[in-house]
Amino acid sequence: MKYETVIGLEVHVELATESKIFCSCSAHSFGAEPNSHVCPACCGMPGMLPVVNRRVVDFGMKAGMMLNCDINRVTTFDKKSYYYPDLPGAYQTTQWFAPVAVNGRVDIETSAGKKSVRIKQIHMEEDAGKLVHDISEGTTHVDFNRTSVPLIEIVSQPDLSSAEEVEAYLVRLRTLLRYAKVAECEMAHGTMRCDVNLSVRPAGSDVLGVRTEMKNMNSIEAIKRAIEFETARHIDALENGTEVLVQETRRWDDAKGKSYAMRNKETAGDYRYFPDPNVMPVVIDDAWYEAIQNSVPEFPEVKREKYIALGLTEYDAERISESIMLCECFEEASEACGNPKEVVNWITSDVMRILNAKKMTYEMLNLDNQALGKLISLTGDGKISRANSKKILSAMFDDRSIDPEAYAEANDMLIGEQNDDMILDVVKKVIEADPKSVNDFKNGKEKALMALFGKCMKELKGNCDPQQLKVILLECING
Amino acid sequence: MSIYMMKQETAEAKAVVVDDMFLTTDMPTTAGSKMLEGYNSLFEAEVLTRLKNAGYAVAGKTKVGEFGVDLLGETCYFGAEYEGESLQYPAALAVKNGDGKAAVVLDVNGAPRRGAAQSGLVALKPTYGRVSRYGTIPVACSGETVSVIANNGTDCREVFCAMAGHDSKDGTSLPESMTEQGKAAVNKRNKVAVLSSMLKGVNEEVQAKIAAAAEQLSKNGVEVVTIDAQTVAYAGAAWNILMSAELCNNVSRYDGVKYGYRTKNYTNIDELYTNSRTEAFGDFLKSAILFGSETLSTENYSKVYDKAMRVRRVIRDDMAAMLADCDALLMPAVSTLSYDRTLVERDKYLPYKENFFTAPASITGFPVVVAGGVQLVGNAFSEELLLDLAELV
Repeated sequence: MKYETVIGLEVHVELATESKIFCSCSAHSFGAEPNSHVCPACCGMPGMLPVVNRRVVDFGMKAGMMLNCDINRVTTFDKKSYYYPDLPGAYQTTQWFAPVAVNGRVDIETSAGKKSVRIKQIHMEEDAGKLVHDISEGTTHVDFNRTSVPLIEIVSQPDLSSAEEVEAYLVRLRTLLRYAKVAECEMAHGTMRCDVNLSVRPAGSDVLGVRTEMKNMNSIEAIKRAIEFETARHIDALENGTEVLVQETRRWDDAKGKSYAMRNKETAGDYRYFPDPNVMPVVIDDAWYEAIQNSVPEFPEVKREKYIALGLTEYDAERISESIMLCECFEEASEACGNPKEVVNWITSDVMRILNAKKMTYEMLNLDNQALGKLISLTGDGKISRANSKKILSAMFDDRSIDPEAYAEANDMLIGEQNDDMILDVVKKVIEADPKSVNDFKNGKEKALMALFGKCMKELKGNCDPQQLKVILLECING
Repeated sequence: MSIYMMKQETAEAKAVVVDDMFLTTDMPTTAGSKMLEGYNSLFEAEVLTRLKNAGYAVAGKTKVGEFGVDLLGETCYFGAEYEGESLQYPAALAVKNGDGKAAVVLDVNGAPRRGAAQSGLVALKPTYGRVSRYGTIPVACSGETVSVIANNGTDCREVFCAMAGHDSKDGTSLPESMTEQGKAAVNKRNKVAVLSSMLKGVNEEVQAKIAAAAEQLSKNGVEVVTIDAQTVAYAGAAWNILMSAELCNNVSRYDGVKYGYRTKNYTNIDELYTNSRTEAFGDFLKSAILFGSETLSTENYSKVYDKAMRVRRVIRDDMAAMLADCDALLMPAVSTLSYDRTLVERDKYLPYKENFFTAPASITGFPVVVAGGVQLVGNAFSEELLLDLAELV
């Protein structure tokens, strides 16, 4: 019999706000000392009251708009109760009854074709802390740095049917949320996490099979492996009766390549949701709604088409539109120098090379894009040599405040009009000191010219237009 | 142990006492529970900061029943207060003893109002949201309100004014603009309504108090009418559900992991939770936790908790409609002017029964003044009007 897999995803994404969802503690504690980003509120101490961070609502709304959702104009927070040592109040504040965004859609494309994945809802909630187990001591320590860091949970309908589609969906989510600048979405950092709900049924059936939920996957590759394993396990159970499938939560062990049923205790329980009386309903008025709507960026496809119209190749347009940071760099630098094709060359060569060397992602790009445009202009106009422009670009990566022209001037990299004489002096000196190369060249050895050219360039500290140097050099040799 | 956690020498005129639901940094805050015995807060309640800024000194802390949900403090881990066989409310005792010109207390389940009614003192529970709850032990957050008990309305008013006002640290604190608007909308009708449906089960003494209050108001030119408001009589039942549910959630944080009591008897996390809570919580609190937990279960949520929320809205609307036509609703605060020790020890449900009288103001967030042994519940922002009426009874 042929089977089909039915998959729905719950994706948790950490919002990139400065502070936590209900207190003013910094939300950025990745790699920080345990319990260094905490206050009585996010430690669940009695007497502290939650005050909603408005930025969290901004970001939640914006994420909803990116995923084509309807925004609930009155959105409320609810308490979800359970005991776990990493949850200091023994409840998580989340959105159960009126989530910020509902009824959305994410479009994906795979080898199976185009598909729309329906989004059931996006709700805002607070993250829990972390438990650190000390195996040698046999103790467990609690780190509350992450408690109350804002999250959104994006719940899809069960519209996905393969590991490939899941990958496409996750990549698309990541791109869109990064475009909106609301989240880092880095699975390795835990800023994007995914639970997979999966069931299998005979192809064409409209009855859903027994559903299992898989947790603990920390890369897209692991998710794909888990889906393949779990699909095979379900089919095996249905075909061969190897086991009876039950609705349960399973943990994915990527090292072993297997999923395991979690202990019942870890999953059982009634969360006893109820509205949090300490958080008033958030009313999103027209002005607020419109402000967020106006901040929603163009989608990647729109950018790509625009870039192709500007004369970029499809390949380059695709590469640039992959990241909003590259888009902004391209657009702002192009505006500053008026030469989009030259800007794209710089981005795809020098900028990407430096990012690569510094092990930075596109999202970490922090150049002053207008200054980059200026640098490109200066280089194109022959005011700065290509070699020196690379050095300046490198410096601009380290210091956003650098103005390329001022920097070039301060470091003797600016090629001025009066330089002809200086170049001539240097060329004469080099020729005098190396008559052998001059003769070699005159006898037809092309390489000898390059040796002379290199010596001149070195003497000039790269501070001249190569074309100009070549002309002067040839003039001198040929008398 | 006396009624105090600690007593400081203060200039008498500006001294107040606070109950043990307020976080203090110079003395422990226990909420009357073994769970928080010796708990020292890192910060103090906003109202204490405001009172200090207004020149008051905190003379000491008075005992409360465990998490403030009982009758008059009888479930306090540190002992109940009896005068003879009559149960006494510690904060009221402190005011009667003259240890402060007022007691600042958290009204979770009506205890301060019962205490004031039985001691012949004046109590003011302001409109929900007018006084910051920042730094109070959270129990039933949708209704609990910082309140004042004093010998007279003037002292109540003075202390209330020193505490009231918007606090950005409390998300339910009302903005000043809303308070100003609300106060401006209060119209004096010179009319008070006795709620006949709320006279159920009160003894003769209390009936006499109601009659006396009505007579005094009449004598002073206030029109007194009688209304049979059936829905208000369901406030107690609804509030028991909402209060217990919120309590269950709010005391879940006391799990023996971070602070407070931790059992010595555990080998794993489940035993740590269970034994810490079993050993540190009293029986009355445990029954409230179990009841609250039940009301929020998936099975019961819509037929119990959600229904109670709907009832709350109906009662609020009905009372607001009645208060559009009169200045206050006159009703008893208690069924009897003294709780006898044998009754308290025998009837474990007495607090749930007695909040039949106090719940209407708790569940709606409307202000209420206790004076002359009775309650006058007013419309939102009508504290001044209620205190004026209290002068007459």
